[in-house]
Amino acid sequence: MKRYFSDLFVGGKSLVDGLVVTLKALCQPMVTVQYPREEIDITPNFRGHIDLVLDPEKNTFRCIACGMCERSCPSECIQIKGKKVEGKKKKTLSLFTLDFTKCSLCGTCVEICPTQALEFSNEYNLAAFSREAFHYDILKRLEERII
Amino acid sequence: MEIISTLPPELIRMVFAVIIIISFIFLNAIMMGYLERKIAGHVQRRPGPMEVGSHGILQLVVDGVKLVGKELLVPVNVDRTLFRLGPILSFTPVILPLLVIPFSEKLQARDLNLGLLFIVSMTSINVMAILVAGWGSNNKYSMFGAMRAVAQSIAYEIPILLSMLAVVLMANTFSLKEIVGAQQKIWFILLQPLAFIIYIISGVAETNRAPFDLPEAESELTAGFHTEYSGMGFSLFFLGEYTNMFTVASVATVLFLGGWHGPTLPYGEYLGIVWFFLKVYFLLFFMIMIRWTYPRVRFDQLLNFAWKYLVPFSLVNILITAVVIKL
Repeated sequence: MKRYFSDLFVGGKSLVDGLVVTLKALCQPMVTVQYPREEIDITPNFRGHIDLVLDPEKNTFRCIACGMCERSCPSECIQIKGKKVEGKKKKTLSLFTLDFTKCSLCGTCVEICPTQALEFSNEYNLAAFSREAFHYDILKRLEERII
Repeated sequence: MEIISTLPPELIRMVFAVIIIISFIFLNAIMMGYLERKIAGHVQRRPGPMEVGSHGILQLVVDGVKLVGKELLVPVNVDRTLFRLGPILSFTPVILPLLVIPFSEKLQARDLNLGLLFIVSMTSINVMAILVAGWGSNNKYSMFGAMRAVAQSIAYEIPILLSMLAVVLMANTFSLKEIVGAQQKIWFILLQPLAFIIYIISGVAETNRAPFDLPEAESELTAGFHTEYSGMGFSLFFLGEYTNMFTVASVATVLFLGGWHGPTLPYGEYLGIVWFFLKVYFLLFFMIMIRWTYPRVRFDQLLNFAWKYLVPFSLVNILITAVVIKL
């Protein structure tokens, strides 16, 4: 008989507690982000495809076209070319492409770069109808940023 | 014009009332469907419908058009008559209770002197509809849903009647208008709090809504008794459910929350409907919150609760009420 009434009160109290939880949640702001209309900030350690770092002092890339990234890449998706420019002693970068369909985002190229010329981008809106759309010209992307 | 003047005025009045009530039923279902999905969304901290119209306000209209456009599918081995009869039986009786509910002092289609009894008898036809639909579908899930619905309804009809009886004892009438009139000074919820709680719990169970939605139980029985229904067949069940909710809430308002009574308004005998609707939709909001808060009860828990708690408590409540009134 004691159990009969204690069940009633304990159960009733837990029901009220539950209702308080949902009523509180009803008044709190919602968590869902309406994606195409709103976007949230990407965390700084997000790994998108690689990009060349824009050196703020020289207003150009830091890359010295040494080819370390090309050689270290396990998927062989980076292609680099440098050419001699008159008046300069070393080679200058003339081509930097990335085949993102093969890239596994391991980050070896970013780590191995002797001049810290590579970084991960924040691009995540990636969708296209053809494979070729993912063959990025990284140097061109940088030149667009310079302007 | 001459034909109209020869018709009995009472007939014209009834026709108008029925037309208004049927259109209100559809409006109510649309509003409740939208509210339900919005509240469900915000309880789970998501926005709910957002795409159709501003904040998804036209979502239910679009859903309705989709349902009307669907084919009325009749599976092969079903009992065709019963299968067709189910949705109609579930929708028709839920209109009738609204004819006797006093929305305000002068807005009532018909004041039956046995109004409360009429409502109870009409709402219990709903069980019949579920049984017919479940049996006619020739599907094990539907059959299980129907059987559960019957057991549940028998269990919860008794406390609902007993809690109503306590109010009837105090008001000394079955007429809904006179019951509201008797609450001029004090609402019956203050005199009969226990009966109110019992009524609300059993009322939620009567409408087959979560946490008492065992006849539907989508995680166990796909959709229970309406598994096989598509298009308008399904939407008639849907309309029936929301109208049933409205009936339960408005009967609770009439019996316990003082009906149309509230702070005085100009044209009070008509505008009392504002207070009435405020109270009804507060109760409906509460019922939606309950649905999105509690998990579904198990079947033995459901019946234990009815027979071991609700029935004895309502009997004791009636006994005390009778003794106090006699003194």
